Amino acid sequence: MATQEKMKMVLLACGSFNPITNMHLRMFELARDHIEDTGRYRVVKGIVSPVGDGYKKQGLIEACHRLEMARLATESSDWITVDAWESQQPEWVETAKVVRHHHTEILADEDNNNDDVDTVRCGKRRKVMQNTNTENAHLNLLCGADVLESFAVPNLWKPDDIEEIVGRYGVACITRCGSDAEKFINQSDVLYKHRKNIHVVREWVTNEISATYVRRALRRGQSVRYLLPDPVVQYIQEHRLYSAESEKKNADVILAPLQRYSNTK
Amino acid sequence: MAGRIPLVLLACGSFNPITHQHMRLFELAKDHMHQTGQFQVVSGIVSPVGDSYGKKGLVASKHRLAMARLALQNSDWVTVDDWESQQADWTETVVTMRYHYNRIAALYSEASHKAADAPQLKLLCGADFMDTFKVPGLWREDHMEEVVGHFGLICVSRGMLQANQAIHESDILSKHSQSIFLVREWIHNEISATEVRRALRRGKSVKYLLPDSVIEYIRDHNLYTQESEMKNKDIKLRPLTKPLIQD
Repeated sequence: MATQEKMKMVLLACGSFNPITNMHLRMFELARDHIEDTGRYRVVKGIVSPVGDGYKKQGLIEACHRLEMARLATESSDWITVDAWESQQPEWVETAKVVRHHHTEILADEDNNNDDVDTVRCGKRRKVMQNTNTENAHLNLLCGADVLESFAVPNLWKPDDIEEIVGRYGVACITRCGSDAEKFINQSDVLYKHRKNIHVVREWVTNEISATYVRRALRRGQSVRYLLPDPVVQYIQEHRLYSAESEKKNADVILAPLQRYSNTK
Repeated sequence: MAGRIPLVLLACGSFNPITHQHMRLFELAKDHMHQTGQFQVVSGIVSPVGDSYGKKGLVASKHRLAMARLALQNSDWVTVDDWESQQADWTETVVTMRYHYNRIAALYSEASHKAADAPQLKLLCGADFMDTFKVPGLWREDHMEEVVGHFGLICVSRGMLQANQAIHESDILSKHSQSIFLVREWIHNEISATEVRRALRRGKSVKYLLPDSVIEYIRDHNLYTQESEMKNKDIKLRPLTKPLIQD
């Protein structure tokens, strides 16, 4: 199949990245492999978009650190980048708005948008990215099955937003052997309607590195080496991030989406 | 650190290839043994098995050694040792352990002249390893006694069930249960070297499962193909065929 026939795809992952781990990075790799395996797409870019501090999740440390850790983690990648737009907004931004924002950027993209990607690689590229122009690329939200299932949590998502994300854009959902994303899609009218836009990427071999676990291990002075890239481990040590104190942050605060949608009538 | 026994961790295995999971074993074991209050882990040794082991899909030891060295080049306490892989025939685990114990003891007695300072040496392994004890013909009983009873085991696994079951089902293991340290890995991570090889055969990404330097080495040398996985396909594991020699 000629390369020109394939549609371009950009994967966008929103989340706390508190901190980013090898599992987050694996999600991108798995999704890219799966999507390209269909023969219909060429995945040209991956975007890590850390949530802003306004999200008010418990234990969420400052965005500047989370951004820097994500940058260190993706330094060795020739296709995954970090975007600070979401975290720079004064208040928490709905995921649909973030997706919309990036879609606009993609449509406008003219030139090789890879200025932020190093030209010096520590390893050979899987394939040579000659044309990483993202113009007219499809944009999919990359997430775990838990995010898909969170669509059902009251007041966490606006129904219009869900419709927009799956209907207008699309989702690449990484699912574990145990979890049944297909069943969940089947049981939700809006997800079922747009099932063609949902790529279910089955993770045959479990690889769960929860950031919560990582923070807990760090609090206890235990090693997290090989769970996150070495530069991230070093950064955390140098800045003494993740203590009992940092974990208490936002303990008495309501999560931004719940606050916002509970007040809206 | 007064009163703590210095400890060296030895991991034997195929390392075909070495992965982040292997390196995690060392980190988890070090933290655990330190937390007991009794030990001070001073070093770790990765000892890749020799080619005559005859395991299916085992690539040449020179590659497995090179990959392990690349993986651990930034580690300040774990090193790679090629003694086991240089031996003419497959070498029993206990023989490898004796070699390293004696080598380390000699170094320490040169340095401190006190026999009591010689570090202990324990075998680091996963739960699957515990099950190998019941495979007929794979272990000599006196070797089991020495590895488990005299040296000691540190077994890292996700659940305790498999390891505890293996101990329960073996008289020798049960007898030496105080020398068996069980370390819990809370993270559910099933990415094994087998899975990595499978992904490589299928042209899938293995980034973030092993260090970039190892991935680059694999690509440069075109290791792990359909062909490499067929190696030793019809050969029996050497431990099962090697004649018993009284030592």
